[in-house]
Amino acid sequence: MTAIRRQDRAGYLFLLPWFGGMLFMIVPFFASLYLAFTDYDLLTAPTWAGLDNFRRMFDDAKLHQSLKVTITYTVVSVPLSLIVALAVAMVLDRGVRGLAIYRSVYYLPSLLAGSVAIVMLWRYIFGYNGIVNDFLAWFGIQGPGWASDPRYALSTLILLHVWTFGSPMVIFLAGLRQIPAMYYEAASMDGASGWRQFRSITLPLLSPIIFFNLVQALIASFQTFTQGYVISNGTGGPGESTLFYNLYLYQKGFAEFDMGYASAMAWLLLVIIAGFTAVNFLAARFWVFYDN
Amino acid sequence: MTLTMTRETSVEPPADQPPPKRCRPRFMRHVLLSAVGVIMMYPLLWMISSSLKPSNTVFTDESLWPAVLDLGNYSRGWTALSEPFEIYLVNSLVIVVLSIVGNLLSCSLAAYAFARLRFTGRKLFFAMMLGTMMLPGHVLVVPQYVMFDRLEWLNTYYPLLVPHFLATNGFYIFLMVQFMRSLPQELDDAARIDGCGPFRTFWKVIMPLCLPAFATTAIFTFISVWNEFFGPLLYLTDPELYTVPLALRQFMDSEGQSQWGEMFAMSFLSLAPVIGFFIAGQKYLVKGIATTGLR
Repeated sequence: MTAIRRQDRAGYLFLLPWFGGMLFMIVPFFASLYLAFTDYDLLTAPTWAGLDNFRRMFDDAKLHQSLKVTITYTVVSVPLSLIVALAVAMVLDRGVRGLAIYRSVYYLPSLLAGSVAIVMLWRYIFGYNGIVNDFLAWFGIQGPGWASDPRYALSTLILLHVWTFGSPMVIFLAGLRQIPAMYYEAASMDGASGWRQFRSITLPLLSPIIFFNLVQALIASFQTFTQGYVISNGTGGPGESTLFYNLYLYQKGFAEFDMGYASAMAWLLLVIIAGFTAVNFLAARFWVFYDN
Repeated sequence: MTLTMTRETSVEPPADQPPPKRCRPRFMRHVLLSAVGVIMMYPLLWMISSSLKPSNTVFTDESLWPAVLDLGNYSRGWTALSEPFEIYLVNSLVIVVLSIVGNLLSCSLAAYAFARLRFTGRKLFFAMMLGTMMLPGHVLVVPQYVMFDRLEWLNTYYPLLVPHFLATNGFYIFLMVQFMRSLPQELDDAARIDGCGPFRTFWKVIMPLCLPAFATTAIFTFISVWNEFFGPLLYLTDPELYTVPLALRQFMDSEGQSQWGEMFAMSFLSLAPVIGFFIAGQKYLVKGIATTGLR
């Protein structure tokens, strides 16, 4: 009995910092749920407002715009970068000389893309005088200032996300390695085409890894902030075209100090993320294949 | 995610892979892969090249090799912002180093408890830890800001540092738990028979063996904290406390003066440590994986 209790005590001692950390998360988690139903400006005590914050959302055109930006960005950029990652991983998996170099070159951008320096760089690469337009000029095309045109600004950030395909690619590459070569040998002997082998061997066996990456990338993508902030210098412009949800939340909560509304926004996004994730898990039944 | 990423980055292709039969497809593949590589690297190369050009030729001189070299961008950029650049570099460095120390200490303690100790509630706590890994951080931002305001921690480094000392990043705990589980239980048993309590066992036996997992944690902490923008933007208002990403942003405010050369010079300086860590860290990771892979 005393031995068990000593074990308990040791376990809790080792977890002491972690318990503290959980307080830093659990308390704010419920505090934010409470604040979502209040009017709060940081200076005076929060006053109960019932569903007011949520009602205001129906008439908030900027909120609708920020949802549109964030969902468009997520729905386009996440699948796109995963498809590129899978395609490149499959080419690399067929045994190329210099694999390590290719892998490093493709992987490095994904470590840098979240930085202010790269997003600023992007603004100039896709600027009116940027290298993208220099390139198009070879073909006699005069491109617009992509990053400063409301029609294209979000697309440049989608391309920035695709530029980071190296990180899922590395994981796919590791997954492909674990598929036994004999499956493919047997399939070729039976006369299965390359496409057929991809559909019937590669995709099912890789599907748990693809699924895991999809879920993680969606959750991260919904919370995009830096890209929108830096490319528009904090405004979400041009014309609210890069007003990501979290950028608008930041403006509401920390520029206008409308913290009740910001908390309500945070919870709306949490529900949306949970919804997307749940749909993903439901859809997974039809395409994700778990061995045994 | 980070776990799989790093564990597998350095696995070389199996030698027994059948060599491609014809030469042409293989050559075409290299052409294709190199083309993708050039596209991937071109933005960085252009940034470096622009950092060496006089500001007024950045957008007119299209060649990667500057027609006129201007190394002065680096010295002018260094002093172009409200504080000299070494202030920002030191600030960032202090935060990064302390964050690494905090993560290594607090996450390894928690990981050891989860991987090796038996105590009431272990499974529940472990499930909670996995749950926090999925929790979107934006939900916590407003109340945390209020809390830090009450503690009078705004405009200090505490909001950025303290969470790292409290094992709030589940990914690193998870990575270390996986690693510790791969170590033989006999090590702990032998240590106990020799009279070691759990703390001595942790400190003298387990910690030294976990260096590869610590290296991975340190590298990823370095990169994410070095690049972090939202936290410093939220909590730091005094320019003397700014980190490098916050400082760089100031170039956008002073855009009218068109200091492009200086801006790209300091931008490249801000990325150089990450690139350096990536190149140096890759080698270390290979070694770590080779030793664990042989067990």
